[in-house]
Amino acid sequence: MIAIIDYGMGNLRSVEKALESLGADLVVTSDPDVVRQAAGVILPGVGAFGDAMENLRQQGMISAIQDVVAAGKPFLGICLGMQLLFTSSDEHGFNEGLNLIEGHVRRFQGDFKIPHIGWNDLTLTRESALLDGVQNGDYVYWVHSLVVEPVDRDVLLATTDYYGEVPGIVGRDHVFGIQFHPEKSSRVGLTLLRNFVGMVREGVRA
Amino acid sequence: MLTKRIIPCFDIKNGRVVKNVSFLTNERDAGDPVELAKVYEEQGADELVLLDITATNEGRATMLDIVRRTADQVFIPFTVGGGIKEVEDIRELLLAGADKVSMNTAAVKNPQLITDGAKRYGSQCIVVAIDGKWNVEMQDWEVMINAGKVSTGLSALKWARECEDRGAGEILLTSFDQDGQKNGFDLDFTRRVSESVRIPVIASGGAGEKSHFYDVFTTGKADAGLAASIFHFKETTVTEVKKYLKERGVSIR
Repeated sequence: MIAIIDYGMGNLRSVEKALESLGADLVVTSDPDVVRQAAGVILPGVGAFGDAMENLRQQGMISAIQDVVAAGKPFLGICLGMQLLFTSSDEHGFNEGLNLIEGHVRRFQGDFKIPHIGWNDLTLTRESALLDGVQNGDYVYWVHSLVVEPVDRDVLLATTDYYGEVPGIVGRDHVFGIQFHPEKSSRVGLTLLRNFVGMVREGVRA
Repeated sequence: MLTKRIIPCFDIKNGRVVKNVSFLTNERDAGDPVELAKVYEEQGADELVLLDITATNEGRATMLDIVRRTADQVFIPFTVGGGIKEVEDIRELLLAGADKVSMNTAAVKNPQLITDGAKRYGSQCIVVAIDGKWNVEMQDWEVMINAGKVSTGLSALKWARECEDRGAGEILLTSFDQDGQKNGFDLDFTRRVSESVRIPVIASGGAGEKSHFYDVFTTGKADAGLAASIFHFKETTVTEVKKYLKERGVSIR
């Protein structure tokens, strides 16, 4: 069973339906105990970083997430959910994140259109079971105004280019983050989600 | 590299696609917006725009059901427009699974709707549709509302900038001079708007052949090109348009 954490940050329907289309066994929940019992966990979400952390805190979800990760279960953050994996963010003032991967989240800065919105291609930077069937140059759908800056570049699995390098997929052990929207990225996005579902099924500590 | 987007658009009335779509031969599927959306995803459409042209409350409920079914079965982003009057309408559509909402007349009449929508749900899901028509006296493109029936005296360029300032995430720009003519997008209008805002501009109105998309992405500086009948009537397909653009060096998925 995969738990999708519902913490009041945007509509989770698309993520849920994409996983359902892959035949995944799912539960959408805001109950920390249900999350603890899941074989794998997805943290989706759109919105502001500070609000998101506050909601997770109030739900008692932070310790549940830590428990799941400590138990070696596959964990996937999507979009805002990926940013929350990091140490801290600049969005609307300084906020601390989950610190599952060391690094900072900052706003795009420069003389170009923000948010980074649309289809952009991936450069794969490291091998991972999450990337099975995904190729260099595959296009995925992005909508974001903030970028993550990992301390350790080894966590980068895939990047894209938008006026500089933009981390697209990160991973450390069994904790993964996807900055773009796999649930809106047609075949390529569904491949990534299928790989994650596969890891959960096999209990792989990737 | 970020690609230019090809966006098929279709009108929906009482839950059915309004124009007959020739390539869906099965009678039952021909008018089903969800079936059509799936075909377009298959062809490589980058996004979809679903325009609700129903006026009744029953129609609104049917539309929400279509949005739900589309979100369940189609895994590319889609925008829903038509009939949005207040923030609550935005909320309903987003909850049903729309990725973005598009507002036109309501945004002109009540610009606060853009501000409130963007503040509450984020700029990324607020699209303002601007219908513009060249006005000789103004020597400018004038914003038209109520499906082009009412002129506003507003400059489309100024209005586009105001929309951006209020938090709109994208502009869906339709040229009323070109719409339905099939002899190309209004390149001058598109370029002028695209150069005066820092949010993406989706060009609409006038696509009649593949080369028109090339022109609007290069000369017109559009970020995306939207069309309806050129795709519905199988004059060309999304796949063919994208192949044509790719061969000419346009960044395309």
